[in-house]
Amino acid sequence: MSTASGNTVGMDSSMALQKQMLARHYDRLSRAEEEGRACAYTFVPGNLTELLLSFDILPVLPEINALQNAMRKKSRDYIATAEKLGHSEDVCTYVKCDLGMAKSGNVGPTGERLPDPSVLLLSYTGCFTFMKWFEILKQEYDCPIAMLHVPYQGAGAATRNMRDYVVEQLKENVIPQLEAVTGKRYDEDRLSEHLAASARAEDDFVAVLESAKHKPSPIDAYFGGVYYISPIFTAFRGTPEAESYYETLREEVQERIGGGLGPITPEGTLPEERYRLVVEGPPCWTNFRDLWKMFYDEGAVVVASTYTKVGGIYDNGFRHDPSRPLESLAEYCLGCYTNLNLPSRTDMIVKYVEDYDADGFLVNSVKSCNSFSAGQLLILRQVEERTGRPGGFFESDLVDPRYFSGANVKNRLESYFQMVEQKRSAVRSLS
Amino acid sequence: MSESTAELQSLLKRAEALYHDMHFGAVRAWKDAEPGRRAVGILPVWFPRELIHAAGMLPVSVMGGGDDVEIIKGDAYFQSYICHLPRSTMEMSLNGGLDMLDAMIFPSICDVIRNLSGMWQLLFPDRPAWYFDMPQSSDAIGRRFCGRELAELRDALGALAGSSIEDDVLRESVRLYNENRRLVEALYETRRERPWLCPTSELYVVLRAGNVLPVEEHNAMLRSYAELAGGAERHAIDNARVVVVGSFCEQPPLNLIRTIERAGCYIVDDDLLLGNRLVRGDVPDSDDPLDTIVGTFIDHAREASFLYRPADKGAELVQGLEACRAEGVLFCAPSFCDPALLDQPMLVEAVEEAGIPHTSFKYAENTGQFQVIREQAGTFADSIKLWGAA
Repeated sequence: MSTASGNTVGMDSSMALQKQMLARHYDRLSRAEEEGRACAYTFVPGNLTELLLSFDILPVLPEINALQNAMRKKSRDYIATAEKLGHSEDVCTYVKCDLGMAKSGNVGPTGERLPDPSVLLLSYTGCFTFMKWFEILKQEYDCPIAMLHVPYQGAGAATRNMRDYVVEQLKENVIPQLEAVTGKRYDEDRLSEHLAASARAEDDFVAVLESAKHKPSPIDAYFGGVYYISPIFTAFRGTPEAESYYETLREEVQERIGGGLGPITPEGTLPEERYRLVVEGPPCWTNFRDLWKMFYDEGAVVVASTYTKVGGIYDNGFRHDPSRPLESLAEYCLGCYTNLNLPSRTDMIVKYVEDYDADGFLVNSVKSCNSFSAGQLLILRQVEERTGRPGGFFESDLVDPRYFSGANVKNRLESYFQMVEQKRSAVRSLS
Repeated sequence: MSESTAELQSLLKRAEALYHDMHFGAVRAWKDAEPGRRAVGILPVWFPRELIHAAGMLPVSVMGGGDDVEIIKGDAYFQSYICHLPRSTMEMSLNGGLDMLDAMIFPSICDVIRNLSGMWQLLFPDRPAWYFDMPQSSDAIGRRFCGRELAELRDALGALAGSSIEDDVLRESVRLYNENRRLVEALYETRRERPWLCPTSELYVVLRAGNVLPVEEHNAMLRSYAELAGGAERHAIDNARVVVVGSFCEQPPLNLIRTIERAGCYIVDDDLLLGNRLVRGDVPDSDDPLDTIVGTFIDHAREASFLYRPADKGAELVQGLEACRAEGVLFCAPSFCDPALLDQPMLVEAVEEAGIPHTSFKYAENTGQFQVIREQAGTFADSIKLWGAA
């Protein structure tokens, strides 16, 4: 998922705020063991942050650690460590990066040691690998593991049976384990307060995402988007800090709209919006800035992305509901992007292309993530057929730098933008 | 040649022909034999075939195209880092090779098969396709969830068949599949005790025939094979006793199995075609057969990498190795197979702790070069025989 690395990026105050939040979180984690605070290792999709907060448990997100390590150029060595231990070159590099880090002293991306987990909270949502990942970690740590199996929306809908299953697991498995780990009783009122805070932040977050419908778009919903999703996808959903962050961010975006400004980028504000794109797939974290620069150089703005929905889809109207806390958490988990079937994902992308008046659609297909990648080539065809707008495709990886070929990606992107231009010329000549 | 030898060869010839027939002639013939017959495809690894049978339809296990399908269109749908089975399945689907299937079931096993279910829905919107989420919560909660999911599928299958699935019919189907499981287990037992009588390259094609034949016919084939192979004049040789692990979904080509055997190995256990044996023992007779199927799965499924098993990882594998007096393990997984390859380091650790030698290699269902594998498996077998450890 997102988060600013230590790199200098053109910054609004919301970015500075977010950086401070993350630094404080890692600092809290580094002191957790001496302060006797419980920590849960858990995943971004289908995360139960509000529930953890209601038990005063600090979330540790292995995916975030992996991507942060990649942005800081540390992932290569960690992956090599895991592969030396027998982990296949074929499998997810998030897993190997995380395991390599654990085997190297579990020093987090900011240089502070991460606490061992008090509990592994396996939210098995939208990704098979999650299940194996925590089975592997269970061998590393002597701690309980709580598993929440979130059924896949195979038929394109979350059914009553699925929701009941998730709620029953929360009530009968997950919550009792969190009670045992912390020695605290489940406090539904407290959970509801966090959920109410989540819903307020979600309103502001959606306003930010939808601001990209303006021309020029005041945000980049992929590269910039990963910064915007960071608090709500990670340890902060349901906190006053997150509420404050999204209020600030929304105000800033409004100002940019008022000033007719494009998105802020590492190179500064994008001077001219030449291409509006929808992007499917996670970013390549090892070369995040390089890739963003390629888009910037072409005047390409991502107006909507699917990656910014892996930790929850809010622009379809979903909000956490404090009056139905566990049901609402279940519905949230069921609705995360990679838990949707391919027809639903395709529909969503088509809608984005149309609603955001995009010139086209690009897939960044990452080797590590079959949950995202399997079927993307069909999605590409379907979206092209249904929207009549050109699709493009390039490959990279999440955190393994061996799979990023800058020249190839640049070549692909340049060809793609030429295709968009040709399409425009054809439309102009017809009209 | 004796009559029984000829009979055995004829049976094996038929089984191997079924294995190679990627046009599914047997399924088409079954459908053509009576108007209105329907067949339902099942992707690996497990779905209770009893339910399809009880609806009067033919369950057909689709396990990719092996090395018998040339991939042209299928590669256009999958990136290079995705396993081979979905490519060949797509190839066959687009070429009409699976057009005799009236519906498809995609059990939860990994993200690729999961997403393949959506691809099928997009490409073949007129043919029903169901995703079956096996419960990972192996308790009463999982049992309730799975029971309700299967009840919905039971209704859907009944609707496809044109009549609802009654409990007494389902009980009869369960009985037939119990018999099938017992026959398969008995053959595994024979192979475990006297592997020279029941080589895996034979057993595999005989079991594989069950993918396309009605269970009644397959049961008859299993009985014949057991009798003919059990009585065959075959002599033990000094092979190493090995277990193959990791081949439960995308299957190795038959020649790879033969290669392992020719390299000096008796395969005395494996997870090939695991769906046939995932649930141990019989599904008991009961008033509520559907619930009993689910309960048997929850309580008696073997350890498998696509099922959540956070504790004692590999303990069941080690127990199995001891039970079949295995001298070594061949970790033999398809390239890019997340479940097998993510599991493998944990299983390796368990096997090493038990002091059992192991080696590993990867394959694709259309692997055509076996020399390297033969050398590796041969060296492994030799090392076991010469020094008692690899």
